[in-house]
Amino acid sequence: MNDLRDLYQEIILDHGKSPRNFGKPESFTADANGYNPLCGDKVHVYVTLKDGRVEDVHFEGRGCAISMASASLMTEVLVGKTEAEARALFDKFHELVTTEHELVGDDDIDRLVVLGGVRQYPSRVKCATLAWHTFNNAITGAGEPAKTE
Amino acid sequence: MVSPVRLQPAPDLFDVARIRADFPILSREVHGKPLVFLDSAASAQKPQVVIDAVRHCYEAEYANIHRGVHYLSETATHNYEATREKVRAFINARETKEIIFVRGATEAINLVAASWGGANLKPGDEILITALEHHSNIVPWQMIAEKTGALVRAVPTDETGDFLFERFEDMLTPRTKIVAITHASNAIGTVVPIKDVVATAHARGIPVLIDGCQGIVHRGVDVQDVDCDFYVFSAHKLYGPSGIGVLYGKADLLEAMPPYQGGGDMIETVSIARSTYAALPHKFEAGTPNIAGTVGFGAAIDYVAAIGHDAILAHEDDILGYALERLRGLNDIQLVGTAPERASIISFLIDGVHPHDSGTILDQAGIAVRVGHHCAQPLMDHFDIAGTVRASFAVYNTRADVDALIDGLQDVRKVFA
Ligand SMILES: Cc1ncc(COP(=O)(O)O)c(C=O)c1O
Repeated sequence: MNDLRDLYQEIILDHGKSPRNFGKPESFTADANGYNPLCGDKVHVYVTLKDGRVEDVHFEGRGCAISMASASLMTEVLVGKTEAEARALFDKFHELVTTEHELVGDDDIDRLVVLGGVRQYPSRVKCATLAWHTFNNAITGAGEPAKTE
Repeated sequence: MVSPVRLQPAPDLFDVARIRADFPILSREVHGKPLVFLDSAASAQKPQVVIDAVRHCYEAEYANIHRGVHYLSETATHNYEATREKVRAFINARETKEIIFVRGATEAINLVAASWGGANLKPGDEILITALEHHSNIVPWQMIAEKTGALVRAVPTDETGDFLFERFEDMLTPRTKIVAITHASNAIGTVVPIKDVVATAHARGIPVLIDGCQGIVHRGVDVQDVDCDFYVFSAHKLYGPSGIGVLYGKADLLEAMPPYQGGGDMIETVSIARSTYAALPHKFEAGTPNIAGTVGFGAAIDYVAAIGHDAILAHEDDILGYALERLRGLNDIQLVGTAPERASIISFLIDGVHPHDSGTILDQAGIAVRVGHHCAQPLMDHFDIAGTVRASFAVYNTRADVDALIDGLQDVRKVFA
């Protein structure tokens, strides 16, 4: 049970249960679908870019606590980022959930560290990265839905 | 049939402790807890006799088959063909040449769809399946439908996940050319009355393929009695090795079908201009097959036949009834699929918890369940869910395994409280 607490930290349970920025916004400038064929989970990410910066991110979807919490936290940390900064943060996040690397803390990665527990559960890493892949597809304008496979 | 739930002790038809001792993996631990294996519907564990048979094949009796005059090749060929006869007897086929070895049920269905379907389907023809099917009894039909201009239609199911016989009859039309239907649902356990299905289809001259992956394990089959035209299953769900399975087909149908793959072993003569094909069953067995796996499969059939399907059914029904009774007593558990006639497979949801989270937490308690869509997305769509938690029970499971699962659910609640 203790190991499980590393995975299901309070913040994750909270964001999983009451995701922030959930729902389709009135307006947005880019969006994309994401799909995890392994479990059938789906997300839709809506992005508003203004002057090269992320002004707003919303999402809809259904999924496990990890995928919902990860999407919810993502919508918060991405606001204000340039596209390049957003991509760099995704790379760092990916490193966080797949490796044991000690990530030198900046505020954004510190907020995401709660998701680091998934690295112990290889089958769950994709739950954590689905929303990020989908965000990436939205801003690069890839017409294909993002897939984790 | 499970309906009257018995809460008195399990009928003493066989000694489950002795059965468990036959499966070495059941004594291991996972995450420091004794393994509780409730995922046999995906693939069953192997008894020592199967492991030993595979090992003995490689250690003492291995060579390529059907090709040598030397001792080992003849021995390997003999052992390989001995399994074919065991399968014939096990499903009561008329002749051994009606038993085609394939990689598994998936390959068997692809073979029939491509070979029989390719030769017989025309634009506008209909292939009738059901909403209960595993993806492997959907996608091969869609592929051949795309090629031939035929159409795949599916008999819907109801809120219990039952097979709707009248809907099935209504959907048989003069355009229906084949019925492809599961014997039992791998996702929710529903058992289909295949004998009635076949009789109804045959009355209209329509052949029937049965996906017996779960049916062969939990019910067994007599293909002459059921009178189905094709029956397919995989060895690995029947306590045998993976990578080997069976296509049973009636001889006259198989004779008329073109080969599926070309290569060695399936020919009579080959010249650059043309080749003639070998007789059944070899016409459909191109290339070197899974020799050791087939030998292990033979041992698995002996093992299951020695226990007998009556005893297996009585034991599994007892565990199933006990599990249903305990789960129904929990008010945060929703059963998905409640058909009256069902195999020992239960799908459920825990209120407010996604199946993947439940699966991870149960795993930490050493309990292996399957979570997700179980390769039956159309069925999940019918219930408007992404997936379920599935517990499936095999010969080696016990009421104590059910108790462990129920205790594990308490861990899930604790995390999500
Ligand atoms: C009902 C059913 N049909 C088909 C299959 C496919 O079997 P395999 O993957 O062994 O080819 C399975 C198992 O996954 C199944 O349970």
